Amino acid sequence: MIPPSFDYHAPRSLGEAVSLLASLGEEAKLLAGGHSLLPMMKLRFAQPAHLIDLGAIQDLRGIREESGTLVIGAMTTEAELLGSALVRSKVPLLAEGASQIADPQVRYKGTIGGDLSHGDPGNDHPALMLALDAQFVLTGPRGQRTAPANGFFLGLYSTQLAPDEILTQIRIPIPAAGTGWSYQKLKRKTGDFATAATAVLLRMKGTAVAQAAIALTNAAPTALRATAAERALAGKALDAASLAEAARLAMSICQPAADLRGDVAYKTAMCGEMTRRALQAARARAGT
Amino acid sequence: MAKLHNVAFKLNGKAVAAEVEPRELLIYTLRERLGATGAHIGCETSHCGACTVDCNGMSVKSCTVLTVQCAGADVLTVEGLERGGALHALQQAFHEEHGLQCGYCTPGMLMRAYRLLQENPSPSEAEIRYGMAGNLCRCTGYQNIVKAVQSAARKLAAKPAAA
Repeated sequence: MIPPSFDYHAPRSLGEAVSLLASLGEEAKLLAGGHSLLPMMKLRFAQPAHLIDLGAIQDLRGIREESGTLVIGAMTTEAELLGSALVRSKVPLLAEGASQIADPQVRYKGTIGGDLSHGDPGNDHPALMLALDAQFVLTGPRGQRTAPANGFFLGLYSTQLAPDEILTQIRIPIPAAGTGWSYQKLKRKTGDFATAATAVLLRMKGTAVAQAAIALTNAAPTALRATAAERALAGKALDAASLAEAARLAMSICQPAADLRGDVAYKTAMCGEMTRRALQAARARAGT
Repeated sequence: MAKLHNVAFKLNGKAVAAEVEPRELLIYTLRERLGATGAHIGCETSHCGACTVDCNGMSVKSCTVLTVQCAGADVLTVEGLERGGALHALQQAFHEEHGLQCGYCTPGMLMRAYRLLQENPSPSEAEIRYGMAGNLCRCTGYQNIVKAVQSAARKLAAKPAAA
C-alpha cells in the first residue's frame, strides 16, 4: 500500500503555495491532513505528480472571533476544533459534528479545509457548514473571493474551487443565543462514513419553531440543505405530526448511493430518522 | 524516481535522519530504515491503529503520514516508553491486567493510551473507550485494555514523576 511516486513541496507561506499551484497546474494536489488523499493515492484513485503540503503555513491555522463571525483557518484540525473553547461556546454544532468524525488519530491530522475541499458527500463538514450558512474564502492567483457554503458543493468530489485556488478560511456566522443544535450521525463503527446524518440549528419562539436549518450528510452526491422541511416547520410546534412531515420532506430529496452501509430505501429511512432525532435534540437545547 | 528528501527528526529523543522518496510512509522509515520495529503494520489503511506513534504531541497512524511531513518532528514510539530498563506504567499495567493476548495491536494501544493520559490524566471508562476508538484489538474484547489504562492512570496519579 505505497502511494505512486510524486514530487513533494512544502511552501512556508500562502503566497508561495498559490504560485506553486499555479505553476504546477492540474498535475498538483494540495496535501492538508492527508487522511482522504493518501488513502486514495494508495489505491491509485489519485495519482498526482506533485503534492503541495500546506502543513507548514501558519497563516492557515487558528480559530478566532471577528465581530459575530467565527473565523477558522482551513488547516485547523478536527482535534483543534474540539479543543477550542471558542468553538464549543459559540458554535457547539461544529464541536458536536467534529467529535463524530473518524477516530482520535485521524482527528489530530484531518482538517476542516481538507474535509470541505475534498467534496466527498460522506464527509461531515459540508452539511454542518450548510446548516450554519458558512462562507468560504478561496485564494488564487487572481486574489481572494468568498463563496457561500450553499452552492459550493457541485457533485461527487466536485466543488466551486478552481484548480488554482486554495480554500483558506471558513467564516461562520455565530448563531444567536438560545439557538438549539444537533448533529445526529448513524454509522456502523468508529471511523466509518455516515450511513445517514443530519445537522440541525433551531430557534424557537415560545412553543413554535421560529427558524430551522436542516442539512443532510451522505444522502446524495453532495450534502443537501432540506429547505422544504425547514419551511414546513416554521411557525409550528415540534410535535409528532410536524416531525413526521419534516422527516418525510427530508427523505423526499434523498438520492443516496446503495453500498455496504445499506440500500437506497434503508439509507433514505435512516436520513428521516436522523432528521427527527436531530430536531428533537436541538429542541431540547433551544431557548424559548 | 522522484527527488529524494533528506528528512531529519527526533526519534525517542535521539536525532535521526533518512533519505527518502516523498511517497515513503513513516511506518516504513521507522521499521526498515531506523530499525524501530515496535510500531506494527496492520491494515495499512488507517483503520486499525497498530502503527500508532506519537508525533509532535499527537497520536498518528504512521501508515498514513509521509516521512517528509515529519521533518523536524519529535516522534515517540513504543521503544521510547521505558525508562532505564523499567517498563512505563502503561506497559506494566497492560502486563498486570492482561491487556493483550497476541500482542499485535499493543504497541499502538500503548502509544495511543500514552497520549490520552497526557491530555486527560484521569479518564472515565467512557472517555477511554472514545479516546482509544481508533485502535482495534481482535483478541481481548477491550475489557482488560480499559482496565489497564485505568490502572496506569491511577499509578501515574500517585507517582506523577513516572510519566
